[in-house]
Amino acid sequence: MEKSEIERKEKRNRFRAFGIMAFLSSVSVATYAMNEYYIYLVAYLWFGFIYGMALQYGRFCFSSAFRDLFAVKVPRMAVGIMIAMVLFAFTAAVVNITGQSTFHPAPFGYFMLIGGFIFGVGTVFAGGCASGSLYKTGEGNGVAMIVLLSISVTQSIFVDVAGWTNKLVPRSWTESAAARGLPASISATDGWMDQYLAGYVWNRPAETVATALGWSDYSFVGAFLGNFVFGTVIPAALLLAVVYIWLSDKTAGRGTVGVTDHLAAFWFMIVASKRTAIAGIVLGVACGLQSFVMKGLQIRFGVDNFGELMQRMGITFGLTVNGTVFDPGYWYITTQEAQWVGWTLHKLGWENLDNIFYGLDNGIPNPLFNPADWMTVALIGGAAVMALLNNEFKWKKPTMELAFWAILGGAFMGIGARLALGCNVGAFFIRVPHGNYTGWLFGLGMIAGAFIGVKVLNWHTERKIARELEAIHLS
Amino acid sequence: MAMRFQKKGAGVYTLDVQGYVCPHPQLYTKKAIEKLKEGDVLELIFDNPSSAETISAMCDKIGMELIHTTLNGGKYIWQIRKIRA
Repeated sequence: MEKSEIERKEKRNRFRAFGIMAFLSSVSVATYAMNEYYIYLVAYLWFGFIYGMALQYGRFCFSSAFRDLFAVKVPRMAVGIMIAMVLFAFTAAVVNITGQSTFHPAPFGYFMLIGGFIFGVGTVFAGGCASGSLYKTGEGNGVAMIVLLSISVTQSIFVDVAGWTNKLVPRSWTESAAARGLPASISATDGWMDQYLAGYVWNRPAETVATALGWSDYSFVGAFLGNFVFGTVIPAALLLAVVYIWLSDKTAGRGTVGVTDHLAAFWFMIVASKRTAIAGIVLGVACGLQSFVMKGLQIRFGVDNFGELMQRMGITFGLTVNGTVFDPGYWYITTQEAQWVGWTLHKLGWENLDNIFYGLDNGIPNPLFNPADWMTVALIGGAAVMALLNNEFKWKKPTMELAFWAILGGAFMGIGARLALGCNVGAFFIRVPHGNYTGWLFGLGMIAGAFIGVKVLNWHTERKIARELEAIHLS
Repeated sequence: MAMRFQKKGAGVYTLDVQGYVCPHPQLYTKKAIEKLKEGDVLELIFDNPSSAETISAMCDKIGMELIHTTLNGGKYIWQIRKIRA
């Protein structure tokens, strides 16, 4: 490629990157000028933008953490995630003791392991996790766009399917769901997912390491010793030690190695990928800060949920029966993806506000007023800006082969995410640093799923390359 | 575009995995390198940025060294030499 052409492309990429930033800035200023409540959405937007930039810069994909470990013995992403989680856990502990946290622990049970496993298989097939697919969409990757669509559509259908699925529901779930006395507009005993939630999941204990030890999440001891040290730092260090030992075995027999050498090699493993480590630091700090900022805005406006602000603005469509919408106050991905498809299907005539997921828990607001959607769109924008500035943006049309894997993987991820009440971010990356140990269960499931997924993809790629090798007599 | 693995000359091969997302580029690279002889060179063409990070990290582990890299318009062309069987 001619030097002048490269310079012209680089200049065009910079222009596009600044165009995206100018657009997001204009949206922020214009909407705030219309109504000060939009600052709530704008806050989500800019945190999403930061996440997108950090994810793309660090090639931060949870799927690759254990997939690359099993497939090609590269630990960089597993390390990056542990760094991010430890830092996030520290900021989360600080936020907790100030009483400014928006986090609520999720229930504990084997369903988290199962959900994580299905999700983990899906991430390997799809070529990325929920957050990875978002930032790769920002790089112009058509396969990642199909994955997003598949996750979104699968979730949207999975949470509303009834009919024959009722036959698969244990009677105890139905009885427990019926006994909850949910609002009449919610069909708690019709639909597998509704009875799974109201009849099983909600009966499980939801606690953190701190509360399990009898401490408050908001006390210094509970936040720092319980959730930060016991809940995050020690398990993360143990996991990395296991990874180090597993990788060391592969190179054993190269001479006598002492404890000092092992410690040096362990540290080298931690700092081996500077980009990933830097992204981990940014993500860890930003995640804690978002919770603090969103809680601050709730206090400022005297609300607990953005649905209340929507009502003040005269927007009532898509609210839950309680007048709320999905408003996590921290980084989340899959629920809002289910929402925008749920909103579209509803507009096309599909009645889905009678299920628990949409009608009681999250709503289906217009994506223009959906806080988490603002975060997702800006995340893609942030990733696009970073990719453009580094000349890594490229439109990539998916092949039929990769589209197949994307649809299949996305479907697995959608089902896994709903069973576990979240994805690699919501069910793992957010829960663990808050001491909600059910996140580790999801993580273990995800590791097992990645292992199986790699086995399947290894088989597939081996067959394909064998054919190419035969053609050039290299087999 | 489908994956292509071709012989370019004596001891020089091309692996084109443009359009592929993780983990395909790194898996194909690993399998291709395993089949080459010590000293052979693989010209790897790909366009998935996250694979770049992983492939450079796995070089030493699977006995290969990066001898030349270029990035133009989101397209990576890397030359990799097999240094250990």
